[in-house]
Amino acid sequence: MNAGSFVLNILILGVPFSVALLLAALGETINQRAGIFNLGCEGIMAMGAFVAFLPPFFLAGTPLAGSANLIGLALAIGVGALLGVLFALVVVTFRAPQGIAGIGLQMLGWGAAGTLFRHYVGGVTGVPGIQPVPVPGLSRIPILGKVLFNHNPLVYIAFLLVPVFWYLLFKTPWGLKVRAVGTYPRAADSLGIRVSRVRYQALALGGAMAGLAGAYLSLAQAKMFADDLIAGRGFIAVALVYFGRWNPVGVMGGALLFSLAQALQLSIQVAGINFPYEFAVMLPYVLVIVVLALVRKAKMVGPTELGKPFDREQRI
Amino acid sequence: MNRTGKLAYNAAVVIAAAAAAMGIGAIVLAAVGADIFKAYAVILTEPLKDMIGLTEIVVRAVPLSLIAMGIAIAFRSGILNIGAEGQMLMGILASSATAIACASLPKPVLIPLAILAGAAGGAAWGGIAGALKARLGVNEILSTVMLNYIAAQFYTFLLRGPLMDPEELLTGSGTPQTVRMPRSAWLDRLLPGTRLHSGVFIALGLAVVVFLLLWRTSTGFRMRAAGAEAKAARYAGVKVQRYLVLAMLLSGAFAGMAGAVEILGVHRRAIEGVSGGYGFTGIVVALFGGLHPAGIIPASLFFGLLLLGADMTQRLADVPANMVLVLQGAIILAIVSARQFMSNPYVQDKVARACAKMFRRPPPPAPPGSIEACPDPSDSVDPCLVGEDSAVGDSSAVGDNPAAGEGSVKKRGTR
Repeated sequence: MNAGSFVLNILILGVPFSVALLLAALGETINQRAGIFNLGCEGIMAMGAFVAFLPPFFLAGTPLAGSANLIGLALAIGVGALLGVLFALVVVTFRAPQGIAGIGLQMLGWGAAGTLFRHYVGGVTGVPGIQPVPVPGLSRIPILGKVLFNHNPLVYIAFLLVPVFWYLLFKTPWGLKVRAVGTYPRAADSLGIRVSRVRYQALALGGAMAGLAGAYLSLAQAKMFADDLIAGRGFIAVALVYFGRWNPVGVMGGALLFSLAQALQLSIQVAGINFPYEFAVMLPYVLVIVVLALVRKAKMVGPTELGKPFDREQRI
Repeated sequence: MNRTGKLAYNAAVVIAAAAAAMGIGAIVLAAVGADIFKAYAVILTEPLKDMIGLTEIVVRAVPLSLIAMGIAIAFRSGILNIGAEGQMLMGILASSATAIACASLPKPVLIPLAILAGAAGGAAWGGIAGALKARLGVNEILSTVMLNYIAAQFYTFLLRGPLMDPEELLTGSGTPQTVRMPRSAWLDRLLPGTRLHSGVFIALGLAVVVFLLLWRTSTGFRMRAAGAEAKAARYAGVKVQRYLVLAMLLSGAFAGMAGAVEILGVHRRAIEGVSGGYGFTGIVVALFGGLHPAGIIPASLFFGLLLLGADMTQRLADVPANMVLVLQGAIILAIVSARQFMSNPYVQDKVARACAKMFRRPPPPAPPGSIEACPDPSDSVDPCLVGEDSAVGDSSAVGDNPAAGEGSVKKRGTR
């Protein structure tokens, strides 16, 4: 294998790998911009991955089999939004500390997905999943076409969502509200913005995105479900938001960096370079810690009220 | 709110929180088509029915209480340690490597040595997260979670490679486990036929140590001060960063000791899946026990019961054992939500006022024909408008309609 095809292979693998991280991190960006640190992302992704897996599994062979993937995606988005609202109830209405509540949600989602999976499916079973759809014309471009335009539709959607989220966050009234409640909720409140309502909306959207990210993993990437399918991607997504400085474009860069690292690790194994498998798997996690340690030194531009519950009755 | 009211209020909050947690669990149980009451009955009572069950609860409670005490130390010092799982694995590795390497030492030396090695292994792993937080401000939740995954891979690597039992290679079965520990490293079994081991006394002894450390020494006071209000502590001359690292070192050491005790007392060799989620359950135990050793010991027994009960539901009620994770997650969410109701005086006041309103005797219904029985005039249509309307429409009706007449009077008045 020559160097050129080695790099090309990494790029072709890396782009679809980044999608789950990207979708979840985009949602988490909205959450954190609204001042909520949602560590439950991992649990929501697990539930999303599980419910999305169900329709293709049960509808196989029925007339509905053709639209099973779409039903699965819709289910995952719905369940994700629902869990986001549950989290909002705990951290916005009940003003619980967000870090530990997020761990609670993570356990809940992870445990529920595992329990339901064991009961309804049992063992590891594959589904046909979402097939690649080359973009007509563009996929013929020599190298770029293979890297960028020969994937399943969710990949294109995910990358199109980056500018959409950027616009939503920085150019729409709702985005301004989200940033306001995450930076200075008291001022937002005095201007008549309903802080709790905006935070609920942000968490519902973030949850829906996490659910979709989970669905991508089970339907498009792995094409199966297992207990440990998510493997910390929800937590990595949270870290990516720091890395991307709470900006969808930066988050995309982070997601690509991570997935390329993962693709590199896989390619090294495929190429037969002798390197303990376990250390290769460790790489992305080590990278998260390194990235977090380096990001801290940069100028902080994030929401200043991140992680702090807002109580409009409190005197200051 | 008076004293009784407060007590009743707190009790109501606790009951509501428990109901909410069980409710979330019930949703999942219903989703798997299980008999909800039977499933809960199995989880909560089945392990209590025989001696094996009772001792197994304690066997699970030993590592849980140790981990929870470490987590309580960290939480009290203002740092969330989610990494007990990884710290426990590192403790197991250090402890089993020490026990195997120093097999010739006599028992009274080897056991403390192996447990201390476990503590050192866990402390090193926890200390990384502590130092990253203190030096570079790295979010400790994210770093400890990542360290969990790294530790899990490292553990598998060692068990499949350098630390693997040479016999597994000879027979070719390749089970990832170390050689059996030397007999002199075993913690004694207390009851024949059960797995109850003398690690119980270690856990109880360390509970006292944690209490003394946190509430009876100046170090503990500084740690708690740093956790309660870092800024104030800094003004008082507490080196907050240093105590953060210390808290993580201690927290990791407890998780490491939990691993060591589990290996020396139960498995007698490092195998895969020892930690089995103890690190995460430990978080729930610490919160449930109020971050205090006196609460953690009973809480660890309760969660030992839950873990064992959930294993049994698999067989008896056809509910997968993962169910226990659902319950733990729900319990965490319920506890952190309930705390808000218990600690916020404003919310208490609001509830007290709402209660007072609700329990105040409602006014008796007014007798018919009295003034109160008549409809409030302010609720009816604005008389001015009525008057104007009818005056324009039908002038003959003006005289018959008292409202219209009144309206015309008013109109005149306003003009």
